[in-house]
Amino acid sequence: MNKSPNSVDMQVKFLSLTLKNPVMPASGCFSFGQEMENFYDLDLLGAVVVKATTLEERSGNKTPRLAETPAGMLNSIGLQNPGVIQVIQEELPRFRKYPNLPVIVNVAGTAVEDYVEVVENLNKSPDVSAIELNISCPNVKCGGIQFGTDPTMAAGMVHTIKSVTKVPLIVKLSPNVTDIVEMALAVEEAGADAISLINTLIGMHIDIEKRRPLLANGIGGLSGPAIKPVAVRMVYEVSSQVQIPVLGIGGIRTGQDVIEFMMAGASAVQVGTANFIDPMACPRIIDELAQWCDQHGVKKVTDLIGAARG
Amino acid sequence: MGYVSVIAQEALTADVYSLTFESPTDLSQGFEPGQFLHFRVTDSFDFTLRRPLSLCAADVQNNQITVVYRAQGEGTKRLTRLKAGDRVDVLGPLGHGFLTHQGDKKVLLIGGGIGVPPLVELARQFHESQVRVVSALGFATQAQAILLDELSDCGSLFVATQDGSLGQHGFVTQLLTEDFCAGIDRYYACGPTSMLKAVQQVMRDRNIAGYLSLEERMGCGIGICVGCVHPIARDGKVVNRKTCKEGPVFLAEEVIFDE
Repeated sequence: MNKSPNSVDMQVKFLSLTLKNPVMPASGCFSFGQEMENFYDLDLLGAVVVKATTLEERSGNKTPRLAETPAGMLNSIGLQNPGVIQVIQEELPRFRKYPNLPVIVNVAGTAVEDYVEVVENLNKSPDVSAIELNISCPNVKCGGIQFGTDPTMAAGMVHTIKSVTKVPLIVKLSPNVTDIVEMALAVEEAGADAISLINTLIGMHIDIEKRRPLLANGIGGLSGPAIKPVAVRMVYEVSSQVQIPVLGIGGIRTGQDVIEFMMAGASAVQVGTANFIDPMACPRIIDELAQWCDQHGVKKVTDLIGAARG
Repeated sequence: MGYVSVIAQEALTADVYSLTFESPTDLSQGFEPGQFLHFRVTDSFDFTLRRPLSLCAADVQNNQITVVYRAQGEGTKRLTRLKAGDRVDVLGPLGHGFLTHQGDKKVLLIGGGIGVPPLVELARQFHESQVRVVSALGFATQAQAILLDELSDCGSLFVATQDGSLGQHGFVTQLLTEDFCAGIDRYYACGPTSMLKAVQQVMRDRNIAGYLSLEERMGCGIGICVGCVHPIARDGKVVNRKTCKEGPVFLAEEVIFDE
């Protein structure tokens, strides 16, 4: 791997966080980081977003949970995680050896009270830099996405959580809506400090031999390069309309993809499915981003933000 | 991890291939039969998940690994194009393989179809350490039978085919009679889920402990996507455990199958 050129200022100020660079792994595509330590120094990352955390331990959906699709994949993991207490006690303290690595915890649930209780628990942890509110998971039967597809419910949830959390609140939006700008404005109005988008698009794959959906859950969330144009469009539209910063997510595989998202208006990005194919995806993408900036005379990576919006 | 050279590839049957390549890691540092290698199928613009293929044979001296796989979907079909000298991106060996136990004198290896390959390296290691190996293999037809010589070189071999074209007519579990299992200290099984479930039942009746190598649809192969889980009963609690990271081999008595 080439060394990142020193001539490019890669730092991004995002809310109260200082990101060494604008690249972080997306929730659910990094677990709680332990496995990735076998591949690279996590300190290379701009931040980390750990797996969706719920109040109680969740065992997730039945298998098959994964289906490969053209230029992407469907998943229906169903928020498998050890529960917030375990996450606070066992998972988050492991990040203390990276004092300059912001840790964003993705929070999920099925009822407002669950979300509140998770956030109250996280308030007691010294290891949480920000919360990403997951109101867009398509893989749980109740809650999750239903908060993320109704602007009034989304706003109510955000308002409640904002009054509880002690750290900045990022709201992760679902693309499975008619008007993403309406959703974004609703959560901004309700007090969100930032928006991340997009979560997965709901999809289905049929096993034609068995004449039924391949995923045990029937539906799943589509991710990967297949959704990138949808994500870039939504980042472009949303960041034109809101005053708060936007994190771009959706099918990022290369440094060029990051540049696209940033030019569309993202302040930083999350890399998801690419980690599954290439464990070195994040550090590679950071290098590619720096190289591109260097070659194109971009001195500060933040100069890219919104460059395509005119 | 990273790119390694392909040494050789050959077809064993109409759709089963044997692929030998440089190990991405130093085998002399240790590996386990039953571990798998995670192959990147393409570098091109389209997105394709890696394909997990179990280790069939390891040549520690030359640091080479052989996998034997069935070309079933688009990804594995593309792997069949690899030829000597090509470079391929491989992670591994990954996961937890078969555990061997000091004091075992006679072991039973049970394989079904494309579940047979990981038993080969296991049989070789047992044979080398003077543990008696009995292999019971099941295939759909004689044409689909693979790796018979490799396993008979390490001990006694019994075969069942569903159409009766080779060995006993029927499923591999029909071989596992009480007499057949007499004196077996432990068993090791890999094959389709329906076979593993039947084997678990029969061997429980025979009161013999063993290991099952599970197959679930896998994503990352390194434990981050949590796609490939299987319910495992341990310490009085059933937990969905990752087959890529905590498996693919589990203690048979811990594995929970759907009713």
